[in-house]
Amino acid sequence: MDAAVARPLMALDQERIKMKVSDLNFYYGKFQALKNINLQIPEKKVTAFIGPSGCGKSTLLRVFNRMYELYPEQRAEGEVQVDGENILTSKEDVALIRAKIGMVFQKPTPFPMSIYDNIAFGVRLFEKLSKSTTDDRVEWALRKAALWNEVKDKLSQSGTSLSGGQQQRLCIARGIAVRPEIILFDEPCSALDPISTAKIEELIDELKSDYTVAIVTHNMQQAARVSDYTAYMYLGELMEFGETDQIFIKPTRKETEDYITGRFG
Amino acid sequence: MSSIPVSRADYRLPLHRRRKLVNAIALALSLAAMAFGLVWLVWILWDTLILGAKGIGIATFTESTPPPNAEGGGLANAIVGSLIMVLAATAVGTPIGILAGIYLAEYGQRTWLGHLTRFINDILLSAPSIVIGLFVYAAIVAKTRTFSGYAGVIALALIVVPVVVRTTENMLQLIPNSLREAAVALGAPKWVMIMRVTLKAARAGVVTGVLLALARIAGETAPLLFTSLSNQFFSLDLRDPMANLPVTIFKFAMSPFANWQQMAWAGVFLITVGVLALNILARVLFRQKH
Repeated sequence: MDAAVARPLMALDQERIKMKVSDLNFYYGKFQALKNINLQIPEKKVTAFIGPSGCGKSTLLRVFNRMYELYPEQRAEGEVQVDGENILTSKEDVALIRAKIGMVFQKPTPFPMSIYDNIAFGVRLFEKLSKSTTDDRVEWALRKAALWNEVKDKLSQSGTSLSGGQQQRLCIARGIAVRPEIILFDEPCSALDPISTAKIEELIDELKSDYTVAIVTHNMQQAARVSDYTAYMYLGELMEFGETDQIFIKPTRKETEDYITGRFG
Repeated sequence: MSSIPVSRADYRLPLHRRRKLVNAIALALSLAAMAFGLVWLVWILWDTLILGAKGIGIATFTESTPPPNAEGGGLANAIVGSLIMVLAATAVGTPIGILAGIYLAEYGQRTWLGHLTRFINDILLSAPSIVIGLFVYAAIVAKTRTFSGYAGVIALALIVVPVVVRTTENMLQLIPNSLREAAVALGAPKWVMIMRVTLKAARAGVVTGVLLALARIAGETAPLLFTSLSNQFFSLDLRDPMANLPVTIFKFAMSPFANWQQMAWAGVFLITVGVLALNILARVLFRQKH
């Protein structure tokens, strides 16, 4: 094994592993969307998932919080261990697992309630807070999501009255307000302008001091900017995983290099 | 590879003209269909207005139905009876209908129980109201040996339920799954997701369904004919036969007495205006949301 292959593994060895995926297979009915995925996601780092459309990166993310269970024809086999416990077979209520592993979706989905309640909704599910503490949390989350200045005077307005980009930042704020241990971002910036995108990237960078972040992105520069580790996926398989610098500067596989440099994908 | 030349304008034009012609024909046909429907509606409204408005006065709302060929009298007992039974039936049928609709849309989507429930609900939805009236007659009136307001309420509620089930299910199905995912992703249990997010997002549609059900039963005669029957006197006791507008109209309109016939038109006018108002309200509510 040459040094280039060994290095990311050595670096990963030094991290505390938050999530360990072993022999994961995933099916949409008869179609196998994920093939034998093995992966370790380090704690308090940002791990990016890149790859062409349909490669299974969003599917993988939806296994991490068992979102696929909403659909009876979808099925996962294998293990996803979080802090040593396999969440796929865990006896723990799935609601508690999802509270621990938050998710921000690609498209904005504001709830039909006020901006304030959109944020407080998730917080109140598991925390009994006083009015002022809740207020503080709402402000904190909205500031982090770079939305506070735009909405601070209209917190009682409906969340659906905001523009698309604002709605997405509201959903990001909602996701971080519950302070999950792991936050899954599924292309969070695809509906955002460059300025908001920069702010969200800043947020992700800030989040990793306390949280473990996994982000799916189509934007190669974004992956390079925000992530510590990068996974390249293709046709349901994990092709390469390693330190982001490593993957972007000197990938070990030809396919990864082709995708990153835009020759393919 | 050979290059693809730019499409020429003179090539596009004939097809475009043809499409415009087809469009004009289709538009003309749908306008004609709309006019056909509107003619009858306007005619009905005009007749009820002309014939009904004459019979409307203060007494209509303060005095009870008169004996044949007597002076004065009103529809107070029928109006109040109708209001009580229609509102009670809606109050009974709405929660059952909404809960069943939630089950169908959120839990039993593809289960055998869901399919069965949906099928039975569709049958109930299309059941002739006279069948429902006769059923309640056999099940309740014949057993208790008296026509009663309660029996009327049950018959009307049986009409409300399937309408509300259907609209609630349809409205919940319109809510995108992404909204459900967003709620459960925060750790919300399913019932919280339904009560606080999906049902709330669908509320305008659900309320519209309830209003339309209300409008539907407001004019139903057959289910009441065999259940609450009618009552010449003012009564608030649901254990007794209860006066109501549709049966009163039926009875008065078929009678040979001029004052009864006039009063029947007044009743028709009141129901028409009431149902029209409910429909408009439903439209306005639904539009606000969509």
